[in-house]
Amino acid sequence: MKAWSWFRRMIEVRGVSKTFYLGDSAVHALDNIDLHIEPGDYLSVMGPSGSGKSTLLNMLGLLDRPDDGSYLLNGVDTMELDENERARLRRDQIGFVFQAYHLIPRLTARENVELPLMLAGVAAKTRRAQVDEILDKLGIGSRAHHLPNQLSGGERQRVAIGRSIVMKPSLLLADEPTGNLDTRSGQEVTQILEELNREGITLLMVTHNQSLGDRARRHLRMVDGAILTDHQQAGAEPNRAPA
Amino acid sequence: MRLPDLLRFTTLALRRQRFRSGMLLLAVGLGVAAVIVLTALGEGARGYVMGEFAFLGKDTVIMFPGRKETTGGMPPVTGTSARAITLEEVEVLQRTVAGIGGVAPLVLGNAPVSFEARARDSMVIGTTADFFDIRLLEIAQGSNLPDLALDEGKPVGVIGQKLKSELFDNRRAIGQWVRLRDYRFRIIGVLKGTGDSFGLDLSEAIFIPVASAQSVFNVHGLFRVLMKVQDNHRVDEVKSRVADRMQELHDGELDVTVISPDAMLSTFDEILRILTLGVAGIAAISLIVAGILVMNVTLMSVKQRTAEIGLLKAIGAPSAQVRSLFLAEAALIATAGAVLGMVAGHVLVTVGRHLYPAIPFTTPPWAILAALGLAVGTALLFAWLPAQQAARLEPVDALGRK
Repeated sequence: MKAWSWFRRMIEVRGVSKTFYLGDSAVHALDNIDLHIEPGDYLSVMGPSGSGKSTLLNMLGLLDRPDDGSYLLNGVDTMELDENERARLRRDQIGFVFQAYHLIPRLTARENVELPLMLAGVAAKTRRAQVDEILDKLGIGSRAHHLPNQLSGGERQRVAIGRSIVMKPSLLLADEPTGNLDTRSGQEVTQILEELNREGITLLMVTHNQSLGDRARRHLRMVDGAILTDHQQAGAEPNRAPA
Repeated sequence: MRLPDLLRFTTLALRRQRFRSGMLLLAVGLGVAAVIVLTALGEGARGYVMGEFAFLGKDTVIMFPGRKETTGGMPPVTGTSARAITLEEVEVLQRTVAGIGGVAPLVLGNAPVSFEARARDSMVIGTTADFFDIRLLEIAQGSNLPDLALDEGKPVGVIGQKLKSELFDNRRAIGQWVRLRDYRFRIIGVLKGTGDSFGLDLSEAIFIPVASAQSVFNVHGLFRVLMKVQDNHRVDEVKSRVADRMQELHDGELDVTVISPDAMLSTFDEILRILTLGVAGIAAISLIVAGILVMNVTLMSVKQRTAEIGLLKAIGAPSAQVRSLFLAEAALIATAGAVLGMVAGHVLVTVGRHLYPAIPFTTPPWAILAALGLAVGTALLFAWLPAQQAARLEPVDALGRK
């Protein structure tokens, strides 16, 4: 690898494979994947169920380990990290948005957003300002003291997005973020994610929704654990992350 | 994670499972309360027995006729057919054995004591003035028995409060003459308090000089001899010197028993302490059972909150942090249960003290510390396994399970 490439490429995946075994048959969830992602890019990953989209996302999010290959995130070779170091990277550099929100039901909206800061040991005083800012930005300031079951789906997903960006990550991984939402809320959530991307965050979204997928600048189509097409929209340059 | 955050997170998790947390609280609380109440009972029993035996006095040697081979046991209630101990021998002991202070030979009998038309069957104790010192008895009115030579009789007596009121009502007893069989005695003193101890209600007794009692009951031998050991002498040394001297006086045959209540008391003390430890141990078993309950509940919690564990890991919580979250829950509930149990135990002990004022129920500090430590310790120990299970979950697996 050349010396200059490590800061240009946020994600550098080479020859990554992951195989699951269901009984006697092997399923190649990821089959020798190569993928490079520039900082500030906006990608959609589409493909039929079982094509390995979510496995790819989990792999990029350091939630799962590949069987084979190499994965450099911001120049760090993640294959050599132990579980605690991977947790630290997830905490500092990666945000997750899930289809099922994964909010903690006994915590208020505000506390859910605050959770990563809390786990990281940030003082309550420092947290307050950061969380207030995010809640206002996502338009859920007035719902801050509601529990998740008192919120609509769109509001819940906005809380989840708030939680994913509170640590100011450079990479945002969204797995079917609008899958449980009606069209209108889905659009709002998508707009929020795109707004975050415009501000510099690298966004990778797994989706079934064709029109949603088409909005990304770069479209990956996966089939049987391999990237079938990797289409870059003409004229689109990835946003540069503010250094 | 900061402590207040950890506490809040943990409390919220526990509050969500009210019933489960409540049961745990109850289990741990019961265990701790059991330790506190049972050790209080044990200590109460020990204190009670010690108090009851305290009348035997410190630094005292007791001698009675007959030989008991067993050591450390109770003194026999009645004398045996062995050779009697005489006043002359006691006089020799007092004169020749170093370290003996006051001496109180005892002659005991039952006889009706009468004043005017009233008569009461009473215990008659023939002894010396030293008896009152040795047994820590106080005179309420009048004076003690006079200092007489051991073999000198005198028609005077000291009576207990109860006997006094039975014979004299509220009238003045001092100076009155009472009849005891064929003898008459003038009351010179009244004993203070009930003097109730160890089955002998001294408040119902009349004390007369030992030589007089020998005449009244026509006996020669002594029932007991109490000897006070002087401050600068060791009790066990005086005890063996007394035994040796008596053996000489009885032509080389050791047919008396010499004991010291100090040794006996410390044996009792030790036995009752071990008993307290024993019941504390039994109570502690309930804490271990509570610990197993903690394990089950934590295990359930981990299973139920798998997705949450996955999320925590996804947002960057290291394994150790996930583990400590579950351990904190166990520790918090154990601590809360222990505090609850301590309060409940303390209330029970206080109630016990009011119901039975004679028994000094107190929970020893070591039992409180041990109960608290054991409750939290076992909770942590037993929660470790499920907490570790949670910590080891693969984030992607945990997130996938709903």
